[in-house]
Amino acid sequence: MASHGIKDQVAIVGMGCTPFAEHWDKGLDDLIVDAVQDCFASTRATKADIDAYWLGTVQGGMSGITLARPLQLEGKPVTRVENYCTTGSEALRAAAYAVASGAYDMAMAVGVEKVKDSGFQGLNAQAPPNDGTARTLTAAAMFSMVAPAYANKYGVDEETMSDVLAAIAVKNHYNGARNSRAQFRREITAETCKASPRLAGGLGVYDCAGVADGAACAIVVRAEDAYKYTDKPIFIKALAFTAGSGSGLIDPTYDYTHFPECAGAAQDAYAQAGITNPREQLAMAEVHDCFTPTELVLMEDLGFAERGTAWRDVLDGSFALNGTLPVNPDGGLKSFGHPTGASGLRMMFECWLQLRGEAPDERRIDLKSNLALTHNLGGYPGEMVSFVSVVGSELG
Amino acid sequence: MRGILSLAGYIPTHRLDRKDVAAVFGNGGGKGTRAVAGHDEDTTTMGVEAARLAMRGRSIEHLALLFSTASPAYADKTNATAIHAALGRPSNEPAWDFGGGARSAIGAFGFALSSMPPTLLVTADRRDGLATSADEVGGGDGAAAILVGEGSDDLPAICVQRGGAAATDEFIDRWRVPGATRSKQWEEKFGEQRYSALARDAYGRALAAAGWNADSVDKVIVTGMHARAAKAVGAKVSGGRDVLVDDLAATVGQTGGTHGLLLLVATLESLVGTAGGTKIMLVNLADGADVVALETTDAIATYRPARPISEQVAMTRQLPYGKFLAWRQMVTLEPPRRPEPGRVSATAAWRSEDWKFGFVGSRDRSSGAMHLPPARVSRIGGAVDDMEKVSMADAKGTIVTFTIDRMAYSPSPPIAFAIVDFDGGGRFPVELTDCGPEQVAIGGRVEMTFRRLFTQDDIHDYFWKARLLPAGA
Repeated sequence: MASHGIKDQVAIVGMGCTPFAEHWDKGLDDLIVDAVQDCFASTRATKADIDAYWLGTVQGGMSGITLARPLQLEGKPVTRVENYCTTGSEALRAAAYAVASGAYDMAMAVGVEKVKDSGFQGLNAQAPPNDGTARTLTAAAMFSMVAPAYANKYGVDEETMSDVLAAIAVKNHYNGARNSRAQFRREITAETCKASPRLAGGLGVYDCAGVADGAACAIVVRAEDAYKYTDKPIFIKALAFTAGSGSGLIDPTYDYTHFPECAGAAQDAYAQAGITNPREQLAMAEVHDCFTPTELVLMEDLGFAERGTAWRDVLDGSFALNGTLPVNPDGGLKSFGHPTGASGLRMMFECWLQLRGEAPDERRIDLKSNLALTHNLGGYPGEMVSFVSVVGSELG
Repeated sequence: MRGILSLAGYIPTHRLDRKDVAAVFGNGGGKGTRAVAGHDEDTTTMGVEAARLAMRGRSIEHLALLFSTASPAYADKTNATAIHAALGRPSNEPAWDFGGGARSAIGAFGFALSSMPPTLLVTADRRDGLATSADEVGGGDGAAAILVGEGSDDLPAICVQRGGAAATDEFIDRWRVPGATRSKQWEEKFGEQRYSALARDAYGRALAAAGWNADSVDKVIVTGMHARAAKAVGAKVSGGRDVLVDDLAATVGQTGGTHGLLLLVATLESLVGTAGGTKIMLVNLADGADVVALETTDAIATYRPARPISEQVAMTRQLPYGKFLAWRQMVTLEPPRRPEPGRVSATAAWRSEDWKFGFVGSRDRSSGAMHLPPARVSRIGGAVDDMEKVSMADAKGTIVTFTIDRMAYSPSPPIAFAIVDFDGGGRFPVELTDCGPEQVAIGGRVEMTFRRLFTQDDIHDYFWKARLLPAGA
């Protein structure tokens, strides 16, 4: 038994992404239609070509009808998937595997979330009926335990740690300021970040991703059909997924300085894609920067830096737009906000733009290779799901 | 020999400094402090805490559990059953609520002393009053638990009843309709006159029943919500001798029907290490007078209280008056703009009774891995259905890391939250209580305490939190 992957069997031949914003004037259906129309504008594929659909949404609606109704799909297989904040990635994974299996010629993955109809700030999931003993902590609070644990383990003093986290926020907002689809398009300074009000533990406002409404989608076909629909397809090299057992929460050996689920998914993805040195071989990475310490730890979980050293790389600018490995060139969750069902496909959309050379000049990266990575996580330290993909603009 | 086998009081950590009242309103308040239940405490949770202390290290079968309070968390639904569950008692025992007046606890005590099955009497009260009232500052919150039964070599009676008497009269001194937070009182002199007469009568008959003369009594406990009457009766029955027990008014306040038994706990704890034979008169003034004549046995010499009241009186955290008013629902504060949690599922709560009420986890027999909450499949080795139950309610732990959540829903934000590793194994991420964010530190020691997390659809969500132990514990 093994994870074989589907390297170079499936290609993405069209993508769309709405602006991520507080779309007071758009409902879930509008976001879906906008993303799908944007997608068709990028490809020669048409609605009539699509054989099957996967919809990723956490709280947008139940069943495939949530997608079939706004798009008026007639007699198509439409499946709604949910996997915490990796939901958008999960929709793509399902669509890609369906095509790779030979069951369908063409499939579409749509991710969408209408967050801003709740009347509350932040993400608010409704728990199923329960015994009342579960934690009611915010995600910010759970992730806030990472920074002090990391600093303590690796001997990073408080002031330096604060500089490191601020540098991550500053970088992602710098990139987001150069992205017309991002929600927050202003650069910030480290001082602003450090002076922002604390929300949970040491995490201030600028250490936390905001929320937004948004949708993104992708069309996948078998690799051999790719050029029928676009001149610049991107090929799926790896799709890896790990659902943690949740035992990190009750395991006394877990120390809150790493996310085993993410490291595990990365390892699987690299094996599928044949990557041995991700920092050298990848041209860019889109990672799940829900909170600044999350991105820091991910640099190590994804193998971009040795354990205990990523903080130096952050300060050195290694992950900036012009760094050795640009991370979150689109601005990340920090600039986009986090419509849970959509974020995974939004990350892929940036790979689509950058690998095809379509990112606008002001944030276009130097492609040192044709490979890009997306990383998407859901849950909390100790109880997490994680997705890692590798895509490339060339076969082989 | 039937008598008191064990007993304990519970006094919540928070204290209102009475002078803070006048600082806000220009009048009211007074000297000293009163004990205040936490925002996550009610009479049931305080009763659990007292009962846990009374039962710690004591093993006894076929107990009847009685719970008495004038401020029940539920009407119709019995409150004693939650205490029974939190103590991890078996289901082949009764658990009954025993009345709701200020006289109920002392009455239940009388039954416990005279009836056959071993009985755990638990009593708890929260005393409220309008801002600036005498009740607001004179009242206190607390609980007492007294285990009564036939003594044995392992669990001898430390105190036995020698006599007792009651005097009953129907008159209006203090009254409160169900659901109201404040009680009202008639002109004080009327009640003082009635209580003095009733107490004199009952005291004399109780002495006669015990075969004691007044001068042979060593300790006199007098309490009642009519402070002037209690003082006058105390002066009368003590006959000017230095036998009156401190009524904890300066530190805790008067805890309603609970107070007589709380003072009995304090009195017996003060006699630990002495030879038996101390004669104690307990006088409770509530719609009449109840007098119980008690005498310690030689077993008091070696009795070991789990956590004496004197220790709890000293373990305090000052509560700002504004918070006090908010916790007592006298003012309504802006809640966090987060969705409120859903109501607890009755069926889910019932299935997890051991965990939710008893804080019972499971340990995998093959790997030794602890699971909190209990699990069927082991996180190490994957063994299925090979776990033993482990009660963690009395386990102490150490804070591995922590956070302060300023955004999460809480009846009193912010939430202090810690990852706790228990001595002897097991980790649980848990909310902290009875502390300010500034008190939490990595390495801090904690114990578990039974609390009410929130209330939704009038269903109280009971579960456990951790609270800090004093340094070095």
